[in-house]
Amino acid sequence: MAQKSILEKLAILSDAAKYDASCASSSAPRRSSADGKGLGSTEGMGICHSYAPDGRCISLLKILMTNFCIFDCAYCINRVSSNVTRARFSVEEIVWLTLEFYRRNYIEGLFLSSGIIRSPDDTMSEMVRAAKVLRLEHGFKGYIHLKTIPDAAQELIDEAGLYADRLSINIELPTDASLASFAPQKDARSIRKAMAGVRLKEEEAADPTLQTKRTKKFAPAGQSTQLIVGADDATDTIILAGSQRLYSGYKLRRVYYSAFSPIPDASNVLPLIKPPLMREHRLYQADWLLRFYGFSVDEIASGSNAGMLDLAIDPKLAWALGQRGQFPVDVNRAEQAMLLRVPGLGAKVVGRILRARRFKRLGFADLLRLGARMKNAKAFLIAADWRPLALSDRDDLRSMFAPPPEQLSLL
Amino acid sequence: MENVLLPPLGFAAAWRDAARDLLAREIPPEQVHWQCEGDAPGLELFGASVVSKAADGPEIRLPRALLGLIGDVLCANVPVRFSMAYRIVWRAQRERHLLGDASDPDIAWLQVLSKLVHRDQHKMKAFVRFCEEQGSGARRAFTAWFEPDHFIVEATAPFFARRFGDMDWRIETPRGCAVCTGGALHFGPGIAKPVALADPTEELWRTYYTNIFNPARLKVKAMQSEMPKKYWKNLPEADLIPKLIASAEQRVIAMREAEATQPALRSLRMEPYERPVAIAAEMTPDRESLDTQIAGCTRCPLHCNATQAVRGEGPDRAAIMVVGEQPGDREDLAGRAFVGPAGRELDAAFMAAEVPRGGVYLTNAVKHFKHTVRGKRRLHERPGRSEIETCRWWLGQEVALARPKIIVALGATAAYALTGNGKAVTARQGQVEPSLFGSPVLITGHPAAILRVPDPALAERLRSELAAALRTARQSV
Repeated sequence: MAQKSILEKLAILSDAAKYDASCASSSAPRRSSADGKGLGSTEGMGICHSYAPDGRCISLLKILMTNFCIFDCAYCINRVSSNVTRARFSVEEIVWLTLEFYRRNYIEGLFLSSGIIRSPDDTMSEMVRAAKVLRLEHGFKGYIHLKTIPDAAQELIDEAGLYADRLSINIELPTDASLASFAPQKDARSIRKAMAGVRLKEEEAADPTLQTKRTKKFAPAGQSTQLIVGADDATDTIILAGSQRLYSGYKLRRVYYSAFSPIPDASNVLPLIKPPLMREHRLYQADWLLRFYGFSVDEIASGSNAGMLDLAIDPKLAWALGQRGQFPVDVNRAEQAMLLRVPGLGAKVVGRILRARRFKRLGFADLLRLGARMKNAKAFLIAADWRPLALSDRDDLRSMFAPPPEQLSLL
Repeated sequence: MENVLLPPLGFAAAWRDAARDLLAREIPPEQVHWQCEGDAPGLELFGASVVSKAADGPEIRLPRALLGLIGDVLCANVPVRFSMAYRIVWRAQRERHLLGDASDPDIAWLQVLSKLVHRDQHKMKAFVRFCEEQGSGARRAFTAWFEPDHFIVEATAPFFARRFGDMDWRIETPRGCAVCTGGALHFGPGIAKPVALADPTEELWRTYYTNIFNPARLKVKAMQSEMPKKYWKNLPEADLIPKLIASAEQRVIAMREAEATQPALRSLRMEPYERPVAIAAEMTPDRESLDTQIAGCTRCPLHCNATQAVRGEGPDRAAIMVVGEQPGDREDLAGRAFVGPAGRELDAAFMAAEVPRGGVYLTNAVKHFKHTVRGKRRLHERPGRSEIETCRWWLGQEVALARPKIIVALGATAAYALTGNGKAVTARQGQVEPSLFGSPVLITGHPAAILRVPDPALAERLRSELAAALRTARQSV
């Protein structure tokens, strides 16, 4: 077999990496190479250097080290039984590509994942070596995200956290049972155990030592995970309850939802459906409600239809329509927690309202200037010069927000 | 009327000096005419002059947040940028809470402009594409061409200086050029678009762009809202976009129509990967296989929400066995019994009773962490009877292996698990009862109770009771 060129390898190994949704490059500690030593900087905010026509940002060089894999996960294009062309990068090639792309301002850093070759430990140690060479030999200060290989030894994960800004391990599917059926070699318990290990290590590093107040750095941008939506029959409520357990148990920064999308050379146990993109979008909205708006899974479920989120309207609106008794809310008096529950008011807008109302009573036009989406909000709030009156009692309130019904095509 | 003429490079510093001077002389905003050289030629007949640095006027104090907004609006590509900034500074001297009221029209407008400038700066950081020059120096040299909407080159260039510390670079734009050589940053006037730059690495970048795109999720609008077409002409990857969009649907149809293929031959030849799996539960005579079995326990639904089963800890044979309720948050994460706050209380009691922890077999009545999620925290939930009864299977085997002379039951759950008697433990404190597994059980409170009582005197009493129970256990063996 002829040696593949780096261009051919890049084509194969970036194609294989596109099913990982995460592209975050934010919340790394401030680093700079202004002193002329090394290359790169991180300043807290992530930067998206390009966008693909799938609407996803391209912030990191997202590649697999290899797409050879000894696992046989049905949903994955790189499973051992797939007929996809295989390739493998050497550590040196990964380092070279990362630095050359970075120098030309194409990327914020590297997101390295891999199929599992030989053993989980072998694979993980090669990935850690790539991060280590970038950091130590080339003084690379950009962002590094390493995927943790399931079942890899804790010592390797501990070492990965020294060089990487973010670690992630994919929970893959919403329930233990569906993981067991689609990914026979993976085990939900060992994935959770790896997450617990990262959390404990993060907390250990955050403890100041006795000698200094400085804390050590361990994966400073935290850990994240991803799960596939629409491959099994788990409802949105089950998915969200699972996410909340991950957030509370392992202090994850993000749970990414990836609408199951058809892959070339698919396994016959999975449906080749159109990816449920709207469902994915609603799940992200609900996820935000859990994390930043003080909602519980049960509350979100109350606006759902047998555990599935309403696809036509957003989950906050769906909840509010079922809780008419709590509305309208007076924006000039209500507490922050209640303002956050008004459809059309986001967390930022609520902050602005709280600051601005110290100086005057806010009217309809003020709210517009503060950035409120009054189209959604007006039925649910009272302002100095605005009362929804009959609006909030209308039976057909939902139809004011949902897109108009479409006539099915007769042809 | 005061006329102020500002230079196109270094306008922010010049504006600041002029504003300071005008404020010191109490010139109201309506009486100042601001102008930037080259902004609108022909208007220079006002005979404006560059204001020199103010002598020593009063110090001007502004909130930090407002300073940032003013800095942004000075870069905005609107004719009123300087006069507006001055008007706001003027008002801020007189209205204390100006910035607090985001619904004030001036402030709202300031926020809008600041957002526009920030976005432009952000896009510059994102979409500048460097091409390598064939230099001869020790440092590698790169050049880029960018077309910003606003006057942001001076404000944004330091970002590139912080980022590309070990190389020389220049960014050329129609609104000024930034040059960084040997770590020192310089600015020059804007230039017209030079001949197209090129770099061989672009081929790799275009390959990456093509392959990272998922044709099954076409969302052209989402892409264009973040990467508007006006930027495309200077992005080496952008000319791929129309072809990728056009072929996407066909590629998805092809994927759907392709029948599931035969598994790759390679996979049939390979040894399948086997992860260590738990053996089916059966009575077992040795500790190691008992621990493996506990780790794989799925006898009740608790395992789905917990991280791991927490097995017992201690010597294979132990005279004293201590049984708690269930692992807590810490124990669940670490996979070890009694390592959280309650564990520290227990350790203190071990010390007081002069019982070495290492000599005791420590375990829990229930092996998985039962909890409810409240916001960002996992709150302990008491295990139910059926869970305790299901988990008793393991407890029995642990007792059978360790053959303790006495078992200390910490709290109601452990007492129920060991004796089968669910009556309140307060009345049974300190009693020795027969267990279901042979060895006698000494009943006492759980160390977590000490953490929960608000009264320090009561906590102290519980502490000494716990230590006393452990001491009794030590003396009885």
